[in-house]
Amino acid sequence: MADSKKNVLLIVPSLMVAKGLDSILSDLGEFKVCGILSDLTRSSETRLKNMDVDIVIIDPQVFDYDSRKNARALMGEFTDAPVIAIETIAMGEEILKQFDEVVSIYDIPTVIIRKMRSALDARAEAPKAEGNELSIREKEILVCVAKGMLNKEIADEYNISIYTVITHRKNITRKTGIKTVAGLTVYALLNNLIDMNSVE
Amino acid sequence: MTTLKKTIQRDVLFSEQMRLADLIDLNYHLLPILSRLGVSVSLSDHTVADACAKSDVDVATLLLVCNVYTFDDYVPSGAALSEGNPTDIIKYLHNSHSYYLEDAVIAMQEDICKLLEPCGEKQQAVIWKFFNDYKAELDNHFGYEEKVVFPYVASLLRGEDRKGFSIAQFEDNHSNISEALNDLKNIIMKYLPAECSDALRNRLLIAIYRLDIDLVKHTRIEDNILVPIVTRIEENGRQ
Repeated sequence: MADSKKNVLLIVPSLMVAKGLDSILSDLGEFKVCGILSDLTRSSETRLKNMDVDIVIIDPQVFDYDSRKNARALMGEFTDAPVIAIETIAMGEEILKQFDEVVSIYDIPTVIIRKMRSALDARAEAPKAEGNELSIREKEILVCVAKGMLNKEIADEYNISIYTVITHRKNITRKTGIKTVAGLTVYALLNNLIDMNSVE
Repeated sequence: MTTLKKTIQRDVLFSEQMRLADLIDLNYHLLPILSRLGVSVSLSDHTVADACAKSDVDVATLLLVCNVYTFDDYVPSGAALSEGNPTDIIKYLHNSHSYYLEDAVIAMQEDICKLLEPCGEKQQAVIWKFFNDYKAELDNHFGYEEKVVFPYVASLLRGEDRKGFSIAQFEDNHSNISEALNDLKNIIMKYLPAECSDALRNRLLIAIYRLDIDLVKHTRIEDNILVPIVTRIEENGRQ
C-alpha cells in the first residue's frame, strides 16, 4: 500500500514550514514528501525535471520579484505535476491565481489535503504529453514557428485557439530544450522538418 | 574543499587580511576575475590588501566583486557598497566584456569550426547563422553598456548632470542573453550528427557552461554592485 502514496515535492525556503507540512502529510498518510528544496537554483531545476513527482507545493517567495508573476509557467517547464502555492507572507492575488491551488499556513490539515486532491483531480483531466518525441501536430507548429509565423497566424492556419498554440509551443520547448525562435529554426533544419529555402 | 567553502560562506566572506592564495584555493574560478580586476596571480603569496596595493587596485572593490562572484546568496550591505569604487567596477565590467567577445566567443568559434567538419554544407550554414546571430546579440548587449551606461556613470562621477537617463533604465534594458546560449548548448549536445567528435563537443560544451555561469555572475555584479552604487550617487546629486 505504501506505493500508492502520492509523492510531494516541497520547494519552500522556510525549514519550519517544510517540516510542518512534512509532519502533517505523514500523519494523514495519503501523501508523502519525497523531497524538500529550499530554492530554485539551476541544479534544483534539473533535479526537479528528473524527479517522479505527483504534486509540487511551492512558496512563491523562491521566485524573485520579477519572475514571480510567471512562476506557474516557469514551473510548467520542469514538471507536469500540479503546482500548489503555499502562502506564508501576504502575496498578491495576481500571483496566487496562477497556481492550481493555494494553501495558507493557517489552513487545517483536512483543508490542505482537500486542496491537494482537487489539484490532482483537475490535473488528471488535462491532456498529458509524454516523452521527448514531438507529436505530429507539434512538428507542424514547430515548422510554422521556424518560418517566422506569429501565434495568431498559426492559430488561424490550423483553426485552433492561440492558447492551444502557446501550449504546443511550451511542450515543444520542454521536449527539445530550445526556447528561442532562432534555435527552433536550427532544430527544424537539422531534423529535416524544413529546408533552407523556406526560411530565408 | 566544498565543505570548507560552505562553512566560510556561512560565517565570513573573503577579507583583505587573507592571503590571495587562500582566496584562489577557495574558489579557483576567481583566477580570470583577478586578471580582469588587474591583480596578477604572481602576488598570491601576499595578503589580498597587499596584492591590491601593489597592483594599484581598490581592495574594497576587489572584495565586493569576488564575494558577489563566489557567494550566490551574498547581497552587499550599504556600508560595503559605499567603499566600492565605481570607476574600478566599470573597468572590471569593461575587461569582462572584452574577455567575452575577444576570447571566449572566438575560442568557441574555432571549436565549432572543427566540430562541424563532418557535417553537410547546409547544416554548417544553419549553425553558423545561429552562432553569428548570438554573437551579434552579445555585441549589441555589451555595446549598449559600453556606449550608453558606462559613459553615463563616468559623467555622473565628474559631477555632470545627465538628464534623460538614469541607471534604473539600465535595469529595464537588461535583456536576457542566456536563452540563446542555452539553445546553442542543447543543439550541440543533442542535435548534431553522431559523427562529430566527442572530444571537441565536450570541450565546447564545457566552454558554454563556463560562459553561461560567468555571464550570470556578471549580471549579478551589475545588479548588486553597479546599480545600487550608481543609484546612490544619483540620489546624492539630486539633493
